[in-house]
Amino acid sequence: MTYITRLFVVMLMVILPFNSSSFANDETPSDFVATLSGLTSSNFKTRTQAIDKLAQSKDKRLAMVINALLNSQLHYRKSDKLIAVLSEKNSKEYAVAVLTGEKLEVIKSSEWKKVIISNSLRTTLRDSLAMIELNDEDADVRKTAVAQVLSQIDVGQLAFLQKRFELEQDDEVKAQLNIAISTLLLKKNEGDTLSLIAKVKDSVNPSVRQVLAEVIENAKDPEIKQLATKTLAKIDQRVSRYAKIETLFFGLSLGSVLVLAAIGLAITFGVMGVINMAHGELIMLGAYTTYVVQLWLPNLIEYSVLIAIPLAFIVSGSVGILIERGIIRFLYGRPLETLLATFGVSLVLQQLVRTIFSPLNRAVETPSWMSGVWQINDALALTLNRLYIIAFALIVFSILLFILKKTTLGLKVRAVSQNRAMARSMGVKANWVDAMTFGLGSGIAGVAGVALSQLTNVGPNLGQAYIIDSFMVVVFGGVGNLWGTLVAGLSLGITNKLLEPWAGAVLAKILVLIFIILFIQKRPNGLFPQKGRAAT
Amino acid sequence: MSLKRKLLTSLVSVGVLMASSAYAADDTIKVGVLHSLSGTMAISETTLKDTVLMLIEEQNKKGGLLGKKLEPVVVDPASNWPLFAEKAKELVDKEKVAAVFGCWTSVSRKSVLPVFEESNSILFYPVQYEGEESSKNVFYTGAAPNQQAIPAVDYLMNNSGVKRWVLAGTDYVYPRTTNKILEAYLKSKGVAAEDIMINYTPFGHSDWQSIVSDIKKFGSKGKKTAVVSTINGDANVPFYKELGNQGISAEDIPVIAFSVGEEELSGMDTKPLVGHLAAWNYFMSIDADANSKFITEWHKFTKDDKRVTNDPMEATYIGFNMWVKAVEKAGTTDPTAVQDAIIGISVPNLTGGYAAMMPNHHITKPVIIGEIQDDGQFGTVWETSGLVAGDAWSDYLEGSKDIISDWRAPLSCGSYNVKTAKCSGQNF
Repeated sequence: MTYITRLFVVMLMVILPFNSSSFANDETPSDFVATLSGLTSSNFKTRTQAIDKLAQSKDKRLAMVINALLNSQLHYRKSDKLIAVLSEKNSKEYAVAVLTGEKLEVIKSSEWKKVIISNSLRTTLRDSLAMIELNDEDADVRKTAVAQVLSQIDVGQLAFLQKRFELEQDDEVKAQLNIAISTLLLKKNEGDTLSLIAKVKDSVNPSVRQVLAEVIENAKDPEIKQLATKTLAKIDQRVSRYAKIETLFFGLSLGSVLVLAAIGLAITFGVMGVINMAHGELIMLGAYTTYVVQLWLPNLIEYSVLIAIPLAFIVSGSVGILIERGIIRFLYGRPLETLLATFGVSLVLQQLVRTIFSPLNRAVETPSWMSGVWQINDALALTLNRLYIIAFALIVFSILLFILKKTTLGLKVRAVSQNRAMARSMGVKANWVDAMTFGLGSGIAGVAGVALSQLTNVGPNLGQAYIIDSFMVVVFGGVGNLWGTLVAGLSLGITNKLLEPWAGAVLAKILVLIFIILFIQKRPNGLFPQKGRAAT
Repeated sequence: MSLKRKLLTSLVSVGVLMASSAYAADDTIKVGVLHSLSGTMAISETTLKDTVLMLIEEQNKKGGLLGKKLEPVVVDPASNWPLFAEKAKELVDKEKVAAVFGCWTSVSRKSVLPVFEESNSILFYPVQYEGEESSKNVFYTGAAPNQQAIPAVDYLMNNSGVKRWVLAGTDYVYPRTTNKILEAYLKSKGVAAEDIMINYTPFGHSDWQSIVSDIKKFGSKGKKTAVVSTINGDANVPFYKELGNQGISAEDIPVIAFSVGEEELSGMDTKPLVGHLAAWNYFMSIDADANSKFITEWHKFTKDDKRVTNDPMEATYIGFNMWVKAVEKAGTTDPTAVQDAIIGISVPNLTGGYAAMMPNHHITKPVIIGEIQDDGQFGTVWETSGLVAGDAWSDYLEGSKDIISDWRAPLSCGSYNVKTAKCSGQNF
């Protein structure tokens, strides 16, 4: 939604100055009109030619046209082939004609046809947009434009970049431009190769590495060859160091997902000793809560995840309490029956979701603040949604730890789980505590579901995918120990990611499973076994 | 054990036969629908069940077939492969259906194959698959690898100048065989072994970070790189999400998928996917009269004008119409007569052309490459100029190069070796 409004602002900025300004000298306005009309052709080849020609144009409206094309908003009216940018505002569609700037309101989208472009055209367009944006007022826009130009390694842009370098005021952009120019010069084999190599030696950009490799291949001078080889080796060393950091991050993030999925189970299974096979479905309910929130509040996608967290806790928590009061409380001390009954519950919940929401997966949108990357440098970028989920897992963990260790409810939970009879004789309502504990564990599962809705499918099978992993983490960490769950989840995640590059995803999973089986043979109580009387 | 079971099943089927013979003479023709309505595959297969029901309803409105009404018999094999065989047996032996429309995964098809061959009945299989099979009793109306995978690779090679290839798939028979064919094909086109990366992941894989990062590194070596994806079902959403998150756009590294259609897209947030590709034989967005009529009817039948149509639905549509036409031509629903009559029959497809049943029980199809649009539809960017006939046995695999399939007399063989001039004798 926001990118449309942002685009709208960009459009206005482009349209307004145009009305009063003149055209570039070497191109008449009618040329531009003729090129544009090529876009309405149903023949893909004609459209390609039109866009290639468009990219060469110097018309002021070009940036707007390209932006609209890239965002698939450029349409033409079927009746008279009027080209316009379609946008949405307050869920009403309207069109702005490209050539006249005329605004048409309340339109029927069936009367319009989108100008469809392909990837190669999109690359062409992005390149010419980058050339326009090199002169943008915003330094950040200029920086991405330089990166785009560098990624294409097109020596034809060299002169343009050099001209820009003279004008550039911003130091960071200037440094980037310097690297880009040096790389292109190296590619073109112009200028003093040795000093050029020295200029790019700090960059880890893949284009730089690629050009350096070409330099090594083509160099006749041994001195150049040696320097280039040394520089490339140094760059590769740095890249592989960043790759290690990246792997560690991947491991942590997989681990945090495991912790999130398992931590509710650490309460119901770990503290209460209930084998709850419906745990995965409670996670699924949390994910569906996010979907429903987005369905009800389509204008608040940005906040939907935050709204969904407490709601998912309530939904899954109350379903959990219902399961506990309705089924599990009759089965305490009979683990086998509990297992079968909760497995039945899990199937019921799955089919219920299939009936209500259809068996198809549901699309959950990612808020814009959660998507994208934190680009540290050219070789290392951490994805934002994963960073948020790591942080979220740690927050949930600390809250849970606080509840169990510092609140009255936590005290009662621990008392009941350690010695039910003694707790009851001290006046603790054991039944009530059971229900609350189970509700807490289930609610946490629902919260995990909100996080998972940002990573994976929201469908009836969501829960099944995580139930085995959750049990694995809890058993490995030591039943009844929250810290064990945290350490187990994170270490399993990291181990998995360390194994994956050389063993492949399938084998890595098997190896981790074998490792856990062997470990449990050796230490049946997991990483952090409970000590003292609680252990029995 | 197996003898005992055989004895038991034959006893049971004799019993059933005697019991049901009383009903056999009534004035309906039974049509079996064998698609999972629960379990993991329900997500894809329920749609096809609805499609068959809609087609049957329409046929009945037109006056039925051979003067009789069609009667659907729907069973639920619950995404459980052995259960597929049991339910197929129930349809064929107990319900005495004239033909069965069903199956999605290759393993379910392999599981029901002996049932259909033993009782010589007919199965229409509507999903793209890995080939290397041609049964007398099965009609394959989905794409064979040469009708989907190979043209897709050709498109990327010739139109996008792709030089490096990532073949990513889920770890089971369809991706493994397809990638084997593609690898052989790419090598025959002069692609070096170090420019091909093959990667398999388990079913429902959800943590794609390392693999996407590997693909990114593989693609940063200066040669244009593309991913050919045979990733199945649920694993696609997290895969595309991770691609988007790591900032890999379709312009940098396009992904061409063989298992992602309109229906799968309806469960995804499509904004980060714009520009990624899919190769199919049908898109909902195709401008054709037959297509818009089909879509209108589908919306009316499901009472939901947001429901999308997809390629396996078109394959079901073609298969059903071919069967109807063959029965009319043969004048009977007797499987042997229909098997003979159906070869050479041609019916309109939904993209404005015709599909013909070839002697190898595969059909002719156009191959269309589309790019994902932000509304969850595909925009066509390339199309084969003519129709491509399905090839049961791949020309690029060592073992199947010399094998052809022709079910017309006098050859009547599903796997005939042209070099040794021998029919392998296997039934598929």
